[in-house]
Amino acid sequence: MPDPSNDIVVMTGIDKSFPGVHALDNVAFSLARGEIHALVGENGAGKSTLIKILTGADRADSGNIEFDGRMVTVRSPLHAQELGISTVYQEINLCPNLTVAENLLIGRQPERLHFAIRWGELNRRAKTFMRDLGLDIDVTQPLGSYSIAIQQMVAIARALSISNARVLILDEPTSSLTITETAQLFEVMRKLRDEGIAIIFITHFLDQVFQVSDRVTVLRNGALVGTYATKSLSRLDLIRLMLGRSLAALDDMTAHKMESSKRIGTEPLLEAEQLGLSGALEPLDLTLHKGEVVGLAGILGSGRTEVARLLFGVDKPDTGTARMNGKPIRSFSPSASIRRGVALCPEDRKVEGIIGELSIRENIILALQAGRYWFSRIGTREQYEIADKYMKLLSISAPSPDQKVKNLSGGNQQKVIVARWLAANPKVLILDEPTRGIDVGTKADIQRLVLDLADEGKSCVFISSELDEVLRTSHRVVVMRDRAKADEFAGQVDEKRLMHSIAGTLS
Amino acid sequence: MNNGFGSAWSRFTESMLFMPTLALAFILVGDFFLVPGFFELELKEGHLYGHIIDILWHGSPTMILAIGMTLVIATGGVDLSVGAIIAIASSVSCIMINPTIVGMNLADPRQFINDPQYTWMPLVLVVIVPLVIATLCGLWNGMLVAYGRIQPMVATLILMIAGRGIAQLITNAMQIIVFNDTYAYIGNGFVILPFGLPLNLPFALYIAGAVLLASVLLTRSTAIGLYVESVGINARSSFYSGLHERRVKLFAYGFCGFCAGVAGLIIASNIRTSDANNIGLYTELDAILAVVIGGTLLGAGGKFSLTGSAIGALVLQTTVVSMLSFGVPASAIIAVKAIVVILVILLYAEQTQTFIMGLVSRRLAPQEAGR
Repeated sequence: MPDPSNDIVVMTGIDKSFPGVHALDNVAFSLARGEIHALVGENGAGKSTLIKILTGADRADSGNIEFDGRMVTVRSPLHAQELGISTVYQEINLCPNLTVAENLLIGRQPERLHFAIRWGELNRRAKTFMRDLGLDIDVTQPLGSYSIAIQQMVAIARALSISNARVLILDEPTSSLTITETAQLFEVMRKLRDEGIAIIFITHFLDQVFQVSDRVTVLRNGALVGTYATKSLSRLDLIRLMLGRSLAALDDMTAHKMESSKRIGTEPLLEAEQLGLSGALEPLDLTLHKGEVVGLAGILGSGRTEVARLLFGVDKPDTGTARMNGKPIRSFSPSASIRRGVALCPEDRKVEGIIGELSIRENIILALQAGRYWFSRIGTREQYEIADKYMKLLSISAPSPDQKVKNLSGGNQQKVIVARWLAANPKVLILDEPTRGIDVGTKADIQRLVLDLADEGKSCVFISSELDEVLRTSHRVVVMRDRAKADEFAGQVDEKRLMHSIAGTLS
Repeated sequence: MNNGFGSAWSRFTESMLFMPTLALAFILVGDFFLVPGFFELELKEGHLYGHIIDILWHGSPTMILAIGMTLVIATGGVDLSVGAIIAIASSVSCIMINPTIVGMNLADPRQFINDPQYTWMPLVLVVIVPLVIATLCGLWNGMLVAYGRIQPMVATLILMIAGRGIAQLITNAMQIIVFNDTYAYIGNGFVILPFGLPLNLPFALYIAGAVLLASVLLTRSTAIGLYVESVGINARSSFYSGLHERRVKLFAYGFCGFCAGVAGLIIASNIRTSDANNIGLYTELDAILAVVIGGTLLGAGGKFSLTGSAIGALVLQTTVVSMLSFGVPASAIIAVKAIVVILVILLYAEQTQTFIMGLVSRRLAPQEAGR
């Protein structure tokens, strides 16, 4: 179907590095007129970086962008708009208290004598724009009085009308829409495609990729996996492409894992029984033994993080019970969890992990200090000893422990947070996406560390989007799907069955 | 300059104390040239007098307020109610010391001076009870912010408005005059040094020094300083790390209330009156400004310096005293403070600092090239 002469955007050899992260590695991407092109990949795969480069919000380190047959350098989002590339973001950047017509045409309203707005003309034009999208609504009503789906379409109408757009980028437009609203949006997308507009559709919902897109491009860890005609792929194929699997034979880590699996205790350390929270997680059973690593697999939004949050007490469960060492857990809060010996290395490093303005030393001792009383401060010398110990153990590269954490690379920041929890000496360590967005070397370090911890008799819950990693480190794998526990695999896990389970096609 | 002095100097220039100290030095140097006799000290009956003593003396309440305010601002909040807390604390103390004076004929107040009848309660209680009430006021603010999840500015605005009303109720809308000399010593007395050393300084200054020393010890030799900074920089990460984020905020506001109480006692004692309407008026703004001059970031919170805030308060007081000695009328002082605000915002802005650094490095660059 794709014909190279029909391509409106051709990106080749795009390379982009941030400190510590190779965000895009020689990525190629092409977009044809009149197609809906899905862009998929787990978090940190490089989708948003690629889009930022296309829309001029960021510059590529190297690589070419061809637009409509001409080589271009997209200097800014404004420049992208002038070229005809419009973006509608996840959050709607419009004013809910203004009318639909005002939102559509503000800044280029029809005027009389340069000061009076011609309201009749304004509303007539707005009405035409919306009708072009197949929507017959009262444009004089405040935007906020309409559903999120309609607001999204007003945003699309504005994006299209403002620059006579030929490329429309929709960044997770369906994340807050209901099923009927999504269908309504897809209707509009197909209509625009038939008019010849090229649409890039970014989503985490794989069903929608199959529903609406013509082609799909998969990114993983900043590298292009490939571009495929959607019809030629099965759901399972797509998940395999997204999660990736190395064909490398059993490495030394697997041997290490087999060895350590002999030392798993028989007494349960942390048990959850029908633990759940309505709206976030269906009730689930989970048992963790001493010295055991349990992997949580599943795609983003499958409920992996929710399990971690409940076990650590960030959220309070409304059904079920949990036991630590056989004793029922009554108070759910991070500080109570730390006192019990449960630690969580959270998913979002920047928002939930680091305290950027504080030093490496202060970040590392924070959880340990939080477990003590206010007046029993860890002495300065002891703080330096702890910081030095973990900086060496995790090979955190920084000139001094007094360096501010915000100045470190992503991988080193992650190591500091892992160090924070190791210093608190937990019995159970929950790691939520500990290797996201960090370089390969650090990834291996962290995976090895998890197995070392198991050797010391600690238990781990290991959450990752990368199947490879889960398989390599976990003695047992629990699959999450649609915010519920789907399956549990123990012993030698068959990778194919695991992937079927994640996709929901396990027979 | 790789010697010890050089590294100590560079550590100082990078510390939070550098900017406020520089500002203070700048103003003092200006005064040295422009105001004759600014640095003159006079010895009267063993007591030191002079502009410098005035600054330290009358800057004491602001220093104390700024110390409390620092912790609140470091948690990412602000407390607008310290002026109102001053009014409450001073009203409580004055009513306790002299409840029967209300409504009496005060043709000759001197007859009451040191009359035991007019020291209604033991002086210990007259000091402690207002401090407890001021702390409770601060905790109320803390409850609203930490547990009610109300914006700090809105939450403390409630007490800022209601507080003076409460103070009016306590004093029955009267100005209560205090005749007890021991009470007046808090804000007016000089500490007589032993061995007849002729360097007697105001008692209020000792209180400010003690509050500063105690609060530095309280925050830095315990984990409280770390907790406050951590919560201010990233409350969510702090919560995930097991900190009781709400208790930390509650503590900061409670401590701020306590400091306002101390300042209230000094001011009321100094003027021997409780005037619910006017006492401590606008002092919340002085305190916030002092903290900002001291280098703690308003709004963003995080790293704080209590000593910096105390110096910030002195910068403010020195500016006021300098302006008065220039002949600027007292009523126009508030306009001068507005100029200070503008200067501080300009000087502390990142753009200005990069601009200045740019000028400096451009001047250095040709020399480097010439070598």
